[in-house]
Amino acid sequence: MAVPRFWREIPSRYNLIGSRCEKCNKVYFPPRYMCPQCRRVGKMLPHILKPRGKVITHTTIYAAASGFEEQVPYSLAIIELEEGPRILAQVTDCDPNDVKIGDEVEIIFRKLGEEGEEGVIYYGYKARKIEISNSS
Amino acid sequence: MGQTKFGELWDVSFRQMMLEAGVRALEDAGIDGAHIDALYVGNMSGGQFIKQEHIASLIADHAGLVPLPSTRVEGACASGGLALRQAFISVASGIHDFVVAAGIEKMTDVLSEQATGALATAADQEWEVYAGATFPGLYALMARRHMYEFGTTEEEMAMVAVKNHHNACLNPCAQYHTEVTVEAVLRSPPVALPLKLLDCSPVTDGAACVVLAPAEEARKYTDTPVIIEGSGQASDTISLHSRSSLTTLKATVEAARIAYRMAGIEPKDVNLAEVHDCFTIAEIMAIEDLGFCRRGEGGKLTREGATQIGGSIPINTSGGLKGKGHPVGATGIAQAIEVVQQLRGEAGKRQVNGATVGLTHNVGGSGGTAVVHIFRRGD
Repeated sequence: MAVPRFWREIPSRYNLIGSRCEKCNKVYFPPRYMCPQCRRVGKMLPHILKPRGKVITHTTIYAAASGFEEQVPYSLAIIELEEGPRILAQVTDCDPNDVKIGDEVEIIFRKLGEEGEEGVIYYGYKARKIEISNSS
Repeated sequence: MGQTKFGELWDVSFRQMMLEAGVRALEDAGIDGAHIDALYVGNMSGGQFIKQEHIASLIADHAGLVPLPSTRVEGACASGGLALRQAFISVASGIHDFVVAAGIEKMTDVLSEQATGALATAADQEWEVYAGATFPGLYALMARRHMYEFGTTEEEMAMVAVKNHHNACLNPCAQYHTEVTVEAVLRSPPVALPLKLLDCSPVTDGAACVVLAPAEEARKYTDTPVIIEGSGQASDTISLHSRSSLTTLKATVEAARIAYRMAGIEPKDVNLAEVHDCFTIAEIMAIEDLGFCRRGEGGKLTREGATQIGGSIPINTSGGLKGKGHPVGATGIAQAIEVVQQLRGEAGKRQVNGATVGLTHNVGGSGGTAVVHIFRRGD
């Protein structure tokens, strides 16, 4: 793929910038260019999301998507961010089979994959479980 | 109606497959090319699977049907169902009388990784596939949530595969003529947990074709016409993560509501259904979304045997996508063929006795598109 396809999405992928409808205040991620509720009456503004959420559902992938072969098995989850939008992201830095529905996660910046040895390296967000410290 | 055998058809090309299904359909209908007014062809991705776009013209050309209008219809794995609906609308509108609705996919001319990648383009490239999603992965996310909310088990999902492989053994056109056991499904290699290899439909070559005509015209050619009494189609977000519920496909619910209303029937009036079991969890969700049981009880209905041939609502008597095979663009048309065979009483060992009303349910992607048709024996 040509490089512009990747760099035009950088703000959202690196900094979790979604969009908010000025009229109904609903927050979207990935960003939308038209509010599905208000349509032409609404106006979309950039909105930086808080990088915190919880796991709604998850899977462990053994048959990888193209470009992810070296990462198997990897955990993929749908995460509901604190401000409402849901995103799909890998859960990293843990045993992929140790992810549970309800786990609290933070969204962090990571390398996602690459297009062979000479192609584009993809960066974006993954999720990491927040360990609830059990001070005893 | 007519179809090719489904399977890994290495010795036949895309155009040979389409002609074989088309010729059988015309012979079955007792008409010839001179009767036909238009063609609609469901095909997900000739571009990716055989590097050939513009397949509508290719097919009209090689069928000797130039200069008839020929249109390709694309809605990922629902392409065939959408082609059927477009043909139905064009006949119902009065613009055309005899219309061919076909579907085709040639998936084994690329390596299986490439086929998986091509199928993944039905998901959101920028926000799902970019994060590492695969199609089994997306349905696994639904399966895990269904297990969490309703207590559905991996054994119940496995029972869908067991039933559909059994039915496929009774279908000469099916890709697989092998029985599987619950234990074999549970022990098969993990693909995207909780889904294992035998929870997944295969990569398949195949073509299927039906002919539509106004009911009064059809009666001139057959004593047992099958009438399309309801047709519904609906859309949802392309991304799975954008949906508020992960245990129902709203597009299916809406398409079914429209089709049931048009046909003037309720789910309890349906004698059999071909549903979109691209993964075992998809059949469990489909029978709930189509109203054959309450939300969350699809696993239970399967475990109790109600969805087997001889049960109260036989599902996927053809073997479904799982056992019959899933040449994505052809699937929606092949579902219609199975229902027509059943309603005519020509389904052999798969026959559901006394069936008069059948339903087909075809889904694109993770549920971004759904289309439902209701058929009634018309004699």
